[in-house]
This record gives sequence, structure tokens and C-alpha cells, in this order.
Amino acid sequence: MTTTAAPLDVAALKADFPILARTVREGKRLVYLDSGATSQRPRQVLDFERQYVETANAAVHRGAHQLAEEATDLYEDAREKIANFVGAGVDEIVFTKNATESINLVAYAFGNAAFSDDPAARRFVLGPGDEIVVTEMEHHANLLPWQQLAQRTGATLKWFSVTEEGRLDLSELDDVITPRTKVVAFTHQSNVLGTVNPVSVLVAKAQSVGALTVLDACQSVPHGPVDFRALGVDFAAFSGHKMLGPSGIGVLYGRFELLNAMPPFITGGSMIEQVFMDRSTFAPPPQRFEAGVPNTSQAIGLGAAVDYLRLLGMDRVAAHEHELTGAALAGLQEIPGVRIVGPTENVDRGSAVSFVVEGVHAHDAGQVLDSLGIEVRVGHHCAWPLHRKLDAAATVRATFYVYNDLADVQALLDGVRETQRFFGVNA
Amino acid sequence: MQLQQMYQEIILDHYKNPHHRGLRDPYEAEVHHVNPTCGDEVTVRVHLEGEGADAKVVDVSYDGQGCSISQASTSVLTDLVIGRTVGDAFGTLDVFVELMQGRGKIEPDEDVLEDAVAFAGVAKYPARVKCALLGWMAFKDAVARVVDGDGA
Ligand SMILES: Cc1ncc(COP(=O)(O)O)c(C=O)c1O
Repeated sequence: MTTTAAPLDVAALKADFPILARTVREGKRLVYLDSGATSQRPRQVLDFERQYVETANAAVHRGAHQLAEEATDLYEDAREKIANFVGAGVDEIVFTKNATESINLVAYAFGNAAFSDDPAARRFVLGPGDEIVVTEMEHHANLLPWQQLAQRTGATLKWFSVTEEGRLDLSELDDVITPRTKVVAFTHQSNVLGTVNPVSVLVAKAQSVGALTVLDACQSVPHGPVDFRALGVDFAAFSGHKMLGPSGIGVLYGRFELLNAMPPFITGGSMIEQVFMDRSTFAPPPQRFEAGVPNTSQAIGLGAAVDYLRLLGMDRVAAHEHELTGAALAGLQEIPGVRIVGPTENVDRGSAVSFVVEGVHAHDAGQVLDSLGIEVRVGHHCAWPLHRKLDAAATVRATFYVYNDLADVQALLDGVRETQRFFGVNA
Repeated sequence: MQLQQMYQEIILDHYKNPHHRGLRDPYEAEVHHVNPTCGDEVTVRVHLEGEGADAKVVDVSYDGQGCSISQASTSVLTDLVIGRTVGDAFGTLDVFVELMQGRGKIEPDEDVLEDAVAFAGVAKYPARVKCALLGWMAFKDAVARVVDGDGA
């Protein structure tokens, strides 16, 4: 982290987010602590998107009129901004509707490889005896597509377990990733525990056995500097709506050589090279994976979100969240009867802080917090197996982002005490 | 104040001291229902005597884990249906479902719903309506299985 940069001016940047000025539940200040689920959008993103729609809206990559040209340029500019932002080549960025679709795209393309007449696609074919590796801390979005692929192909699904502290149990490294492993799919940062996984260790091991790596970067790209080429992963997925951008736009990163060898997932217009009545050939990536008219204004809006984040500086974003996370971890640990689910040490961890208030179900705790204007997520956060493993039916999760400050952390801590008082536990 | 409207004393009492809790024999059907958004779950067994709508609900036993709303509403359910006919129980169930889906705009009928009127405030919170209905839907499902004849 840089030490030269001044900290984020949260008070100033809050003014960019119109929604933060509203009140909730009878006049309470909105304390938005659910950016891990979806983030809020600054005016700059909304304005950019609106300007596109008002001045240049057209179907991209189709037609030769002026609007189509301008729209296509803006759409491709967004791709370039995003590519630069995550250390990728512009042809290595595929637009999808969200990270879930990005991961499914990879899993279905692997499945389709078995039916491809292109010999280059053979490297993706899976079958009985092959193994797909995931982890116990995956979001359902990075678990179910692999479960399904294993079912369709006869491959075996294996996984790393999670320690009590909420870290991957790497003592199992050589047992889990073996010469039979073909795919290793794992999250960069857990959306529940906050744990940041050791990408380099997993990538090195996967590469040593010739397995492909798929990184779920949903909770890392929005929160700090990420460079996919430097990380060495083969594929990565993230969503625009978690990084100040619009919903309905997601990104798949893939190393060009792999995308180029991969069969398509969704087929139709805009992804073709030549079409005959009985067969077709496909465009090179990324177009091969963008069938149909894309979510154009959303992609363009995501480009604006990337501009906004770049101006803030991702090092400063990470430092800011680190400070808030530290305050939340320390404050929650001072409250008797609160159990943090995830690393309590503010090391290799991001800003998702999940916890259990003993004696109060997460739903009920969330309700008290909500009545105070504090918006957190409650439940299993799309990571049910992880919750089962850590013996928590449901947790309360606070996530911090650029527009949160220490007053928000304090509101959370006060709210947790109020929860205990309301339900008569540890008061 | 909104919070007190939702968490009425009756609800908190049922949550802390649930009625008829625990799984008991005999039973003709057992079902397991979950709320997929939060992971709350309930297992419900029903023991009926007789046929059709006139069959008597002799026992409803249950186990589960979840929030105060889902646990308390299941406890209230057992008070309301045990000893009644299936027809009566389903009548009460319909009234409760209507109340819960009424967005807080329906005046609850205390003669029919008894303790269940306490859930009127929950109906204002769409995200919690499923919690309140979890045990009730499980009960309905379990009874239907007995009546349709595929209990276990
Ligand atoms: C770690 C992680 N992976 C995947 C997803 C899925 O993202 P989306 O729902 O935008 O596809 C999320 C967000 O919910 C997430 O936090």
C-alpha cells in the first residue's frame, strides 16, 4: 500500500452518491453496509450512462451509421478501460451480464468442447477420472457451475476445506490438486469471511499439474489493485454492480490463447464469422462470447465506474477499507457474545465482516439494525456449505466500501449492542 | 417503535418457550422445509385420525432452527390446529396466509387467529413473511401427503 497518498476524502466523495442522502425507516440516516451484495453508484456513472443513451444510443457492432459507430467506440472504450484496470489485454475481456454468467460461460464452454470439431478445443474436454477443484468457501456462483459440469462430464468434484479461523486448509494442497486435476476454481476474497486467498500458491500448484485456474474476483477487483496477468490465473470473473457500476454487466477475463481455443457458450448474432444453413464458424474472442446485442449502456457505465475508482486510487481504496475493517473487528471483539465468522486478525483479509450475536438469530439481529437505518446482509450469503462447515446457520454481514467511514462502523457496533439489549442477551 | 410492533411479547414468548416442540411418534407424514434465502429449516410431523376434511389433527410435532419469527409462528400453529379437524385447520391457515400477504393492511380476526394475530406487524416486512409461513406451509404439505397417501 502506498504511504504517500492522502487518505480518501470520504465526506467529499459521499456527495457523489445521491442515495446516501436519503433516510430509511422513519428518518434514520442510511448506513449502507451491504456493498458486498451490491454497491451504490456515483453521479459520474449515472451521468455517463445517461449521456450515452441521450446522444449515441445504437446497436453496437452492427450497422454502419454514425450512431452505431459512436456507440461501438464507446462500448469498446469501456472494454479497454476495464482491461487496463485489471491488467488484461483488450481482447481478453468478455462482457457478460454478471460474474455468475461469466463462470457459467467457462463451465459450459468446457462442456461444449467435447462436441467441438476444432482440435484446439480438446484441451478443455473433461471426463471420468478428471478432477475439478473448488473450495468450501465458494459463493454458490463458483460452486454450482462446477458441480453441474462434473455431473455432465463424469468428472469428480473435490474441494479444499476451510479451517476454523476461516482460511483455506493448504495442508491438503498435494492431496486436493493432483495430476488428475483439470480445473481449479477459487475465490480471491471470500464474500463471507473476508479471507484473501493465496492466489500465487494455488496457481503455482495448479500449473505444476497442468490444470486451468478460474478466479472469482467479485470481491477483490472492487476493493483493491488487481492484475490478472501478474496473478497468473487463466480465467477470472467479476460483476459491475459491486464496483460502483450498473447492474446487468459482468466481466470474464480469459487468457487470449485460451479464449481463442474455446468453443462458445451462447450462440447467435454478433458472435459469428460465417453462417450457412447447416453450420457456422465463429468470430475471434471476445466477440465469440458476446452473442446478441449486449448490455451496452451498462458496459459503458462500468467504464465510467472504473474511471471513478482510478481517480480515487485503488491503493487508497484498499487502505481505507483496511482501516474500517480493523475498527469493526476490534469493536465487535469487545462486545461479549459476538462471534466473528472469519479471520479476526486484519491480515490477508478484506472488508466483509460476518458475525453471530449469540442468542439472536441473524434475521432478528438484521431487523434491529434495519430499524436503526443500518443495512447489512443476513443469512448464508449464497455460501451455504461454508456456513454449515463453520456451524453458523446464518450470519450477519457488514461490508465496507469507499463511501463508508468510522461513524458507520460505530453505528454498527452501537446497533449490535442495541440488538443484544432488545433481545435481552448479554445486556 | 416499529420494532416493538413486529416483535410482540406473544412472539418473543413463543420463541423462548415454544409449545409442542420436539418430534413425536406416531405420525403419518413428516416433511422438511427450508427457506432457501436464509437457511431456516423446520421438520414437521402430523398425526391424523379419520378421513378427509373431517380427519382430526391429533398431534403436530416439529423441530427446526431459525429466527424468532419462524420458530414462534410454528409454535402458534400447533396451538391453533391440534385437536381440530383438517378442514378447520386449513380454514385458519387460509386466514393466516391472507393476513401475512396483506402487507399490514388487513385487520386480523382474533377469534380465528388467537395468538397468531401478533404476526400482523410482520406482514409489513415482505422479507419476513416467508419466515412466518415456514412452519405453516410445512404443516399444509404434511397433511396433504397423508390425505394424498404418500406420507413417508
Ligand atoms: C464472491 C462472489 N462470487 C460471485 C458472486 C455473484 O455475483 P453476481 O450475482 O453479480 O453474478 C458474488 C456476489 O453475490 C460474490 O460475492
